[in-house]
Amino acid sequence: MALDNKTDAGKRQFKIVGTRPLRPDGVDKVTGRARFGADMSAPGMLVGAVLRSPHPHAQIRSIDTTRARALPGVHAVVTRADFPTVDDAAIADILDNCMAGDKALYDGHAVAAVAAASGAVARHALELIAVDYAPLPFVTDVDAAMKPDAPALHPSRADETVPPGLSANVMARHQFGHGDIEAGLAAADRVLERSYRTEATHQGYIEPHACLASVGPDGKADLWCCTQGQYMVRNTCAAILGMEQGSLRVTPSEIGGGFGGKTTVFLEPVALLLSKKAGRPVKMVMSRDEVFRASGPTASTSIDVRIGMTKDGRITAGFAELRYQGGAYPGSPVDMGSMSAFAPYDLEHVKTIGWDVVTNRPKQAAYRAPGAPMAAFAVESAIDELARGFGLDPLEVRLKNAAREGTRASYGPTFPAIGLEATLRAAKDHPHWSAPLGPNQGRGVACGFWFNFGGDTCVSLNITPDGTVTVSEGNPDIGGSRASMSMMAAEELGIPYEKVRTIIADTGSLGQNDVTDGSRVTFAVGLATIEAARAAKREMCKRAAQVWGIDADAVIWEDGAVRPVSPNAGKHPPMTLAEIAAIASNTGGPIAGHCEVNAEGAGVSFGTHIADTEVDPETGAVKILRYTVLQDAGKAVHPDYVEGQFQGGAVQGIGWALNEEYIYGDDGRLQNAGFLDYRIPVASDLPMIDTVILEIPNPGHPYGVRGVGETPIVPPLAAVANAVSHATGVRLTHLPISPPRLLAAIRAK
Amino acid sequence: MPRVKLWGSLAASIDGQSEVEVRARTLRELLDTLKQEYPALRPQLDRGVSVAIDGVIYNDDWFTPIRDDSEVVLLARLKGG
Repeated sequence: MALDNKTDAGKRQFKIVGTRPLRPDGVDKVTGRARFGADMSAPGMLVGAVLRSPHPHAQIRSIDTTRARALPGVHAVVTRADFPTVDDAAIADILDNCMAGDKALYDGHAVAAVAAASGAVARHALELIAVDYAPLPFVTDVDAAMKPDAPALHPSRADETVPPGLSANVMARHQFGHGDIEAGLAAADRVLERSYRTEATHQGYIEPHACLASVGPDGKADLWCCTQGQYMVRNTCAAILGMEQGSLRVTPSEIGGGFGGKTTVFLEPVALLLSKKAGRPVKMVMSRDEVFRASGPTASTSIDVRIGMTKDGRITAGFAELRYQGGAYPGSPVDMGSMSAFAPYDLEHVKTIGWDVVTNRPKQAAYRAPGAPMAAFAVESAIDELARGFGLDPLEVRLKNAAREGTRASYGPTFPAIGLEATLRAAKDHPHWSAPLGPNQGRGVACGFWFNFGGDTCVSLNITPDGTVTVSEGNPDIGGSRASMSMMAAEELGIPYEKVRTIIADTGSLGQNDVTDGSRVTFAVGLATIEAARAAKREMCKRAAQVWGIDADAVIWEDGAVRPVSPNAGKHPPMTLAEIAAIASNTGGPIAGHCEVNAEGAGVSFGTHIADTEVDPETGAVKILRYTVLQDAGKAVHPDYVEGQFQGGAVQGIGWALNEEYIYGDDGRLQNAGFLDYRIPVASDLPMIDTVILEIPNPGHPYGVRGVGETPIVPPLAAVANAVSHATGVRLTHLPISPPRLLAAIRAK
Repeated sequence: MPRVKLWGSLAASIDGQSEVEVRARTLRELLDTLKQEYPALRPQLDRGVSVAIDGVIYNDDWFTPIRDDSEVVLLARLKGG
């Protein structure tokens, strides 16, 4: 539901929201006091380990665990035969990804697991498990997987949208758009046709997946883990293991990064089953090698684009055909890429076709605005090439075509108030846009879009007897939510930020909360926090009115205290929150406010990025000289965190553009499963990322908040590629723009 | 009656109709009526959709009101990270 509390952010004078208080988790994280997934322990704990397939595709003829089970110190061994059968197709895929059934579908696919007294014993036990594999032909490339004679992973799993006669690896077809593409292209002065490719990347979170499971003899279980959604873990594990959701309590740890990659389960059902079998708690921690090989990277893509433009820069039509491989199971984010590809632009004729394809790679997981960065790379590169070809300012071309309030979006609906034009005008006015460039240097610009959404959310706000306030929320703090919830509660209650402490609750303490994704938390949990605070205020008004012997509607809440609404209500000094809290027991009992809501009404978000690069013509190395992010945040609750999201998204996008890629060998195995060979940007690679926060209030939130976490990763791929093209005169259509790839292009010029 | 815009893949499954009229006052009525009157849409509707009503995107709230003049657009079910 959308609560009846439309934004008053445009008029409201905030006292706490918009300030920059110290983050509540900072000291714990820098001193080591914070407890992450791998920090959990329990008396009698065993160590779990997973045996993984060395084959990219193989029939599993048999698994013999006899010798492993006989090894002293081994308490349990599980294979797929130990798991119940699951009917639901989506849950069955998650189970199969956690533990292979008849086939191993990718290098690193789990085939068995053990729980032992120590890590050394567990690893030794894995060596004693004999798996009889029959290797099968494999395919890891999206275009190769779409060929009719490609090795098939899952015969007969395509949905009803796929025309007959295609490869069995094509799982779904999506199509969006409106107008008449051919008529639009015919009206153009130039039609550009290009093909683009992006490689799979990993979210690169520093903390590996880890959990501790403890199943009691009565079947009641506890699980501690690092996750973006403890309720998702509970519900998914319960479905896989045939448990009642109420029998499993999941407590999230601090989280060392997620970015979408921790919105599913990998180890958790295995640890629970091992614990059940062993009768002891079992802890499992992935190595970095396992994180790369067997968690959820993003899709790799192959995209064809046709865009028509007049010589004065008007886009007459846009078409894109997008092919995303999402690993070994259906569900790549090609639908999201197809919907978002042209979203920043006001187009009369637009069409996208998306193909969801499976390959012998790990099952993809979400990664910040899943599917959108790759689509934006293709479209924003093509627009840039057209604009520069006509000698036009690429930023002016984007302004000329920008979607505005009232524009019919390329994916269907009519946009309400949006902030794309504001970000483009701010970019144009920013000193970065007009700063001089030197030799071998270039400047690129690109826009990006993301939907944002809300979902199931619960908040409980408790007034303690001494007048301090505790807030319980059900989403792990991956982007500063403890600070921002405390700030919104303090703002609403009119008390200092320091008087509010927000904690992350386990699944037994609040109702259902959706996973931390879709940039939903500051929007949805914030909305629920404000509602919970308002409920507590109503109760406190009632209590004060009762003490004063007047009607509850004769009082108001103002500046952290209840006051008579007018002199007619009598002369009563304001009664503060602390004073009301102190007499709560005498006036009816403890005071709390809570809110349970399916929060709808999230506002879409747009951003514009400017990148300056310098290219070494001898080596092809690219240096980021300067980078500016301009994005609409609706209302920045804690600007430090908003800027951090902008910077983090930009940096991950820069890595995607320049260095990061999953590299598979001819043997179908991942060649670079470690941070030495899979290179993410480090601080010394980057300048300070400049940020400009624009605030166009979201009418669906009482303070005007929009999600900000995903949009910043959408523009950088194209912004960097456009800058490199400007610097070198060559256009790279295949990411990453690694030194050898760029050097070859420069030499071929 | 509100007119409902369907994305291309959905339209293809009902002979290319990209807009249909549906008697519905709420999101639940909309989805139930679509399933009833256009059975070919059922597989996708069962897998899940998002719905934009007057430019605001909704996922699951059955009783979200729809006016006769509302702009209603079915969307692929949104996923995030």
